[in-house]
Amino acid sequence: MPATLNRTPDAQVAITLDGVHKWYGAFHVLNDINLTVHAGERIVVCGPSGSGKSTMIRCINALEQHQQGHIVVDGVELTNDVRTVDRIRRNVGMVFQQFNLFPHLTVLDNLTLAPVWVQKRPKAEAVQTAMKYLERVNIPEQAGKYPGQLSGGQQQRVAIARALCMKPQIMLFDEPTSALDPEMIKEVLDVMIELAEGGMTMICVTHEMGFARTVANQMVFMDGGAIVEKAPPETFFTAPKSDRTQQFLSQILTH
Amino acid sequence: MARHPESPDEIYAREEEPDEGWRRPPPVEGASLRAVVGEWSRKNLFSSIPNTILTVLCAWLLWETLLPLTQWGLLDAVWQTDDSAVCRAAEHGACWAFIANKYRFILFGLFPYDEQWRPLVAIALFVAALAVSCVPSFWRPWLVVLWLGVMVACGVLMWGGVFGLRFVENGRWGGLPLTLILAVVGIVCSFPLAIALALGRRSNLPAVRAICVGFIEFVRGVPLISVLFMASVMFPLFLPEGFTIDKLLRAQVGIILFTAAYLAEAVRGGLQAVPRGQSEAADALGLSYWRKTGLVILPQALKTSIPAIVNQFISMFKDTSLVIIIGLFDLLSTAKAALSDPPWRPFYVEAYLFAALIYWIFCFFMSRYSQFIERRFETGHRRS
Ligand SMILES: Nc1ncnc2c1ncn2[C@@H]1O[C@H](COP(=O)(O)OP(=O)(O)OP(=O)(O)O)[C@@H](O)[C@H]1O
Ligand SMILES: [Mg+2]
Repeated sequence: MPATLNRTPDAQVAITLDGVHKWYGAFHVLNDINLTVHAGERIVVCGPSGSGKSTMIRCINALEQHQQGHIVVDGVELTNDVRTVDRIRRNVGMVFQQFNLFPHLTVLDNLTLAPVWVQKRPKAEAVQTAMKYLERVNIPEQAGKYPGQLSGGQQQRVAIARALCMKPQIMLFDEPTSALDPEMIKEVLDVMIELAEGGMTMICVTHEMGFARTVANQMVFMDGGAIVEKAPPETFFTAPKSDRTQQFLSQILTH
Repeated sequence: MARHPESPDEIYAREEEPDEGWRRPPPVEGASLRAVVGEWSRKNLFSSIPNTILTVLCAWLLWETLLPLTQWGLLDAVWQTDDSAVCRAAEHGACWAFIANKYRFILFGLFPYDEQWRPLVAIALFVAALAVSCVPSFWRPWLVVLWLGVMVACGVLMWGGVFGLRFVENGRWGGLPLTLILAVVGIVCSFPLAIALALGRRSNLPAVRAICVGFIEFVRGVPLISVLFMASVMFPLFLPEGFTIDKLLRAQVGIILFTAAYLAEAVRGGLQAVPRGQSEAADALGLSYWRKTGLVILPQALKTSIPAIVNQFISMFKDTSLVIIIGLFDLLSTAKAALSDPPWRPFYVEAYLFAALIYWIFCFFMSRYSQFIERRFETGHRRS
């Protein structure tokens, strides 16, 4: 299976960001973002706090609106039209830093909610799929519990399974391990690595550089709302072109 | 050693302590029981000087209040007589005979005496439907059907005019059925309205938001009495000539609108307590606005606002007694009216205590039920 990791991405384009700009009032959060992600590619985004990483990936599934430029996901251009937003969200799963599980529902209900109500799948089938993904993330025995009864690492794995139950083509991760205690980070990263090995298209904001080295086939470094550097991990880590990237890496790797 | 926070039982137990004295321990186990009681009271009642002072103070207060109260309410009370002179003779005792003579009037008001089984059955149906609705696993669509059925049955029983039942116009309804109808219909109708108002107040559509804010702020700005007055006096002025809306209905609508405005703010508080991430996660999963609201946001918002919501219901239940100002005879009014019978005029304390007891039973039940529901939906950090 690990062989798939080094597979060259096929030509099919999954996501295109073309000259994307966004402002919060006068504050220029995203400044001319251009990025192409092919199906099966794993992009890792890093950069200092406040550089716009979250904002960028949240624009891809329309949790934030961009104000200029084009975002195309799986051939569908993102507009203000509810239908295009719906179509894109169906194809794109997202995992949040704070898990954002639904605390009033059991783990199993968290996983079947959207398949049943959005995709109109029969409940029995949704449960079956949910159990399959819970096994994939190694916590099938927690199905009947409430999120508040799980550890952080378990919650984040449930959140990943919840996104996968929608059978997305693309997964977005926004710092999925930053809210976790060190001993739980590995269990979440393992699940993500396995996902990458399965050929999932992923954009992942993270500062876990070990993970980035194993999984990414493209590193993106952002600063001040712009993409400063884009390179495959080998060159990114050993020979970064920009000074800011160098500075950032030296900071993060010495820690 | 740190003591556990006191449970309510413990507190009650402490207050009852002065009575322990007459409960003589049985001779055989006497010594050990006495030791246990002694140990317990040393730990809980006399553990420190302030605690001892408080214990003595409480015992004294109980002695001073409970003793005369028992004397008046139980020992010297007159329980059964048709002659009010007997009651007047027993100067220092309660006259429960007044209640015994008047309870049917207090409970059912001016409803024709021979037909009073009808409101009784209506109340029983109401209470049964309430009891069924209290069980969370019965919260299914059929419950709505059940309620519709109960409403129709109650309407038939109260109004009559069909199935050989004598017609009774609703001007003659009074007492407990009227209070319950106003309160229960008020709760059932104001709750969804309040949710709609609370959601509207947070809507992205400026027109919807303006209407909801305007309504809530207007209604909250006036006292219930003036809402009732407006409903009963002003509202008919706007209606075309010859067109009337029943007085009871107008009062009911007034109560619903008033309660909904307050409830809406309680619900909005709950909505604001739901973290933004919940909404984002639902969006990211592709849930539509209504599904997101109904399946993710509202269940959490309502759970956090249970205490505030029940508070509102309890307060509304008691506020129904204000309908007397537009000439409707609710439970409190019938209790008062029962006193207008000259021989029984002095016994207002008994009348109000009786009415208060009935209000208290319902309000206490609501408050306990809200605690039960809160526990029932507790899904938080219970990791063992
Ligand atoms: N709703 C908002 N209104 C105004 N400014 C905002 C808003 N949301 C984010 N910002 C600003 O936009 C900038 C980028 O935010 P973003 O969350 O994308 O950063 P980030 O790179 O994800 O940082 P971090 O690593 O801390 O998560 C920040 O400076 C932030 O203060
Ligand atoms: Mg961020």
